[in-house]
Amino acid sequence: MKKTNELIVGIAMVAVVSVITWGIFAVGDNMPAGVTTYSQSVYALHNTTMAIVTVIGVLVFSAMFTSIYLHRRSRGATAAQFTHSTKAEVIWTAIPILILVVIAIPATTVLIDMENMGDAELNIKVTGYQWLWKYEYLEDDISFFSALNRESNRARQIGSGINPRDVDNYLLEVDNRMVVPVNTRIRFLLTADDVIHSWWVPDLGWKRDAIPGMINEAWTLIESEGIYRGQCAELCGADHGFMPIVVEAVSQEAYREWVAGQRGESLVEVGADGAAEAVAKAD
Amino acid sequence: MSTTTADHGHDAHHAHPTGLARWLFTTNHKELGTLYLVFSLTMFLVGGAMALIIRAELFAPGLQLVNPEFFNQMTTMHALVMIFGAVMPAFVGLANWMVPMMIGAPDMALPRMNNWSFWILPFAFTLLLSTLFMPSGGPASGWTLYPPLSLQGGNSFAFVIVAIHLMGISSIMGAINIVATILNMRAPGMNLMRMPMFVWTWLITAFLLVAVMPVLAGAVTMLLTDRFFGTSFFNAAGGGDPVLYQHIFWFFGHPEVYIMILPAFGIVSEIIPTFSRKPLFGYTSMVYATASIAFLSFIVWAHHMFTVGMPLGAMLFFMYATMVIAVPTGVKIFNWVATMWRGSMTFETPMLFALGFVILFTIGGLSGVMLAIVPANFQYHDTYFVVAHFHYVLVTGAVYAIMAGAYYWLPKWTGYMYDERLGKFHFWWSTIWVNVLFFPQHYLGLAGMPRRIPDYAVQFTEFNMISSVGGFMFGFGQLLFVYIIIKCVRGGQPATAEVWEGSRGLEWTVPSPAPLHTFDEPPQVDDSVTVHRLGPG
Repeated sequence: MKKTNELIVGIAMVAVVSVITWGIFAVGDNMPAGVTTYSQSVYALHNTTMAIVTVIGVLVFSAMFTSIYLHRRSRGATAAQFTHSTKAEVIWTAIPILILVVIAIPATTVLIDMENMGDAELNIKVTGYQWLWKYEYLEDDISFFSALNRESNRARQIGSGINPRDVDNYLLEVDNRMVVPVNTRIRFLLTADDVIHSWWVPDLGWKRDAIPGMINEAWTLIESEGIYRGQCAELCGADHGFMPIVVEAVSQEAYREWVAGQRGESLVEVGADGAAEAVAKAD
Repeated sequence: MSTTTADHGHDAHHAHPTGLARWLFTTNHKELGTLYLVFSLTMFLVGGAMALIIRAELFAPGLQLVNPEFFNQMTTMHALVMIFGAVMPAFVGLANWMVPMMIGAPDMALPRMNNWSFWILPFAFTLLLSTLFMPSGGPASGWTLYPPLSLQGGNSFAFVIVAIHLMGISSIMGAINIVATILNMRAPGMNLMRMPMFVWTWLITAFLLVAVMPVLAGAVTMLLTDRFFGTSFFNAAGGGDPVLYQHIFWFFGHPEVYIMILPAFGIVSEIIPTFSRKPLFGYTSMVYATASIAFLSFIVWAHHMFTVGMPLGAMLFFMYATMVIAVPTGVKIFNWVATMWRGSMTFETPMLFALGFVILFTIGGLSGVMLAIVPANFQYHDTYFVVAHFHYVLVTGAVYAIMAGAYYWLPKWTGYMYDERLGKFHFWWSTIWVNVLFFPQHYLGLAGMPRRIPDYAVQFTEFNMISSVGGFMFGFGQLLFVYIIIKCVRGGQPATAEVWEGSRGLEWTVPSPAPLHTFDEPPQVDDSVTVHRLGPG
């Protein structure tokens, strides 16, 4: 009688907790799958891990609610007095270890792939400044600054009277975008001039700190053309929230045209939209 | 059992100062416990007010209320005040009150040092908070004080460093006192494996504190000399390394995280058996799990800094080590559920907060497993996903356990029952709004919102608004907690010595309110006292 009771209530609790959990996730946002070879692996890893921990949560909470429902004094429950069960404790030590191993294997594979920096066709040096980015295309000899665009900058001042909703891509648009070719293995070399910044475009699948005195590496291979936006992700002072990143991935032909158009222009002219002061500041 | 001594002869030799002097000069563990707890509650409200400033600014996109510099000061101060001012002193206060009573000791081992370690704190926080009114403002580089950013601050930075040193000295002295008390002052028969879980978790926590607070002191001293005396420990231009600071800081910082959660585990391990009327399941494995978590906390620090660029091997090591922590933590959660299983449960306020702890802390623990996965961590790191994660473990973890403990022991402290109806209302109000506050932050992080930004792109608006509403409702709800405590101190239904029907252990053998001096003659402890509830009492 008692065993059946516990089973029925247990199943009901699993159902209730699952519906609530599903509801919670249904309304929310998820990580973007991204557009690079491994951003999709990261996304899959994220979804798998989240699914596993959600199932664990549902099971644990269901057991708890079953107990709360059935084993309450108001239902006349009397307390058992058992204090341990070696069998149960071995099981709930061993099963989590197995689950962790199952998660760790793909995580290790993806990480090894992400950390393999060889065979780059294009090298871009990214330097973080307070509060803008400098991009140097090492092969193509192009270099320019990239800062928050004017419309966003005007709207973000206290008492600007401008509704951020009226600004296109508020806080996520720059004066000079980083233009890169698709289907090209690009290596990023990241550093900073003043404090630590972190270069993050969610659609690329990673972020990496830009640290003064150090050069960090990361690579990417973007598979589809488009405009991908991100932000500085490491607190870097007052305007940390106002140094966005915009990557424009174009076809390889369009990229060559863009390079031809850029070449020969001086730094200050290219970064006309506010970078001139920045150059002065950086000096 | 003769547990109290109202009029022992030697008391006549003591002067009993009244008024302010009583609190300034007291060496009594109960009075100092009260001071710690009142201080902690005050700081909880101060830090909460800062959080509300943050949530108010983040209610809508665009800057409305504060400038970005002040916003950064608020995020920094909120963390420092909550960690060092609210959570840690609350646990030390609970330890002061309860550890001697739980092990049958008359007082803490080092009562004068106890007084000193408390009275440092008000001065430390006066120094820290005063920086907000200085020309260069408060610290604005996040509570982690990463250089080079933290070195850009003005002269007020020196006040911050000195304040942190004082807090560290206070914590180390408090920890030494607790270790000395537990190892030397146990009543006859109270061997280590008969100690209540709260005492066990605090013993282990105290060792963590003694081990890592000096590391923090070293790190911030190097910041001080870099900023004011021309050294270049962390200055790349002078041959230093900014990442070195992060390694040192998190070598302190990760054990610090467990310093804030292990005593919470202890409190919950006291409360769940009481209201389940059933012994704690797997006492021995609970002790070993706590010790394992403490050991592991020393070898996982770099999981806070996967994005700084580490060798592949180091990242794999820190990923695996971090994942292993889930095993002993899981054991604890399963043991709590097994303690409830086939119990005879009732749901007074302390039990509600303890159950809320188990569920919501588990949510924080599960998102912790996700964060351990390095490739995914590259996406989660420094986003609101992390903010949601650590607020689940700190607010609905540590703070819920502190509140559970406060309701659980209030009748023992004051001699009166608190208002049960209001207590339950406080629980449900807090639990609903705290989830409205923090759950949407998971989505914000996944959708790409970095943490520590005063303004955001418009696609983050809805979840930020929901979160801010939750923040204000949760925040103002805590004034009810203050009211319930004041009401309970002033009077109410008198409490019995046992207070709770299912309570077991030495602290429930002394009258309520506990007299100033307890256990002048040590009680004899054996399994019949079932201090850790090995079986039916």
